[in-house]
Amino acid sequence: MSEIEVLLAEVELLFLGREYPKGADYSRDRLRAAFAKNKDVHDPEKIKELISRGEFVVKELEALYYLRKYRALKKRYYETE
Amino acid sequence: MSARVLVGVKRVIDYAVKIRVKPDHTGVVTDGVKHSMNPFCEIAVEEAVKLKEKKLVKEVVAVSCGPQQVQETIRTALAMGADRGIHVEVSGKDYETLGPLQVSKILAALAKKEQADLIILGKQAIDDDCNQTGQMTAALLDWPQGTFASEVNIEADKLKVVREVDGGLETIKIKLPAVVTADLRLNTPRYATLPNIMKAKKKKIANVKPADLGVDVSSRLEVLKVDEPPQRQGGVKVETVNDLVRKLKEAGRI
Repeated sequence: MSEIEVLLAEVELLFLGREYPKGADYSRDRLRAAFAKNKDVHDPEKIKELISRGEFVVKELEALYYLRKYRALKKRYYETE
Repeated sequence: MSARVLVGVKRVIDYAVKIRVKPDHTGVVTDGVKHSMNPFCEIAVEEAVKLKEKKLVKEVVAVSCGPQQVQETIRTALAMGADRGIHVEVSGKDYETLGPLQVSKILAALAKKEQADLIILGKQAIDDDCNQTGQMTAALLDWPQGTFASEVNIEADKLKVVREVDGGLETIKIKLPAVVTADLRLNTPRYATLPNIMKAKKKKIANVKPADLGVDVSSRLEVLKVDEPPQRQGGVKVETVNDLVRKLKEAGRI
């Protein structure tokens, strides 16, 4: 069961990483490295911890992308003091 | 509440892409360039989905006009929570000349056909910056409009809209059915998560042609030329206040 969760987490991060300012390749390589490093972890507690770390990164990325977009649009369309 | 909301979404060049004018000056380069949903349309979809989550509306229908690729944009709206989609097929030359007048005629026809009670659109598209479609759609339907909305509330059969206007905020109350256009601060659009994208594949997208809706998409406008904005001139540094005054006088500024 946790294998599927890990896979889903990885794919989700892969999708989100495509928008990363430093480039889709950069984020994909780092994502692969991070998952490969933890490949041999079998303890279910540790796995849960890593998955929630992945979910945390997802939230951070979403916030980053949103802020970037919001600031760009605010600058373009609204009077700046 | 049995209300149905129609949300228009437009596929535009992604906001972060550096725009380049075609060498023949007939338009901008779109081939191979990243496209995504217009940011103001994202805000419109989010508002519609929020209304559905509050159980104030029953169904959210996402609409887009254009060639095959706009289905991606409709799928994004479905992944954000819209219930079904309508793809109005417009391609080739017709798509190049498609503008607010034709789109608003299409939306008006769809609103009648789908018996929509509310239309939510982005206030403007970041590619043409027309800021006309919402207003024209309301006029064609003879519906009231709440444009540049930064807050929308349904109170009985009326809509209370807080609008962003020069110099502040204006609050109006309009009767339903109505057209609302979304401004930047209306909400924070949700990200389409992977599970939702997967679920969205099951949702239906209907195909429709403008002719089926009795709409003529030929344009009355012809684009003559597209140019880049003038390059920013470098600034000049001066040593003393006298130099500054002299330079300003030379430039005819004082």
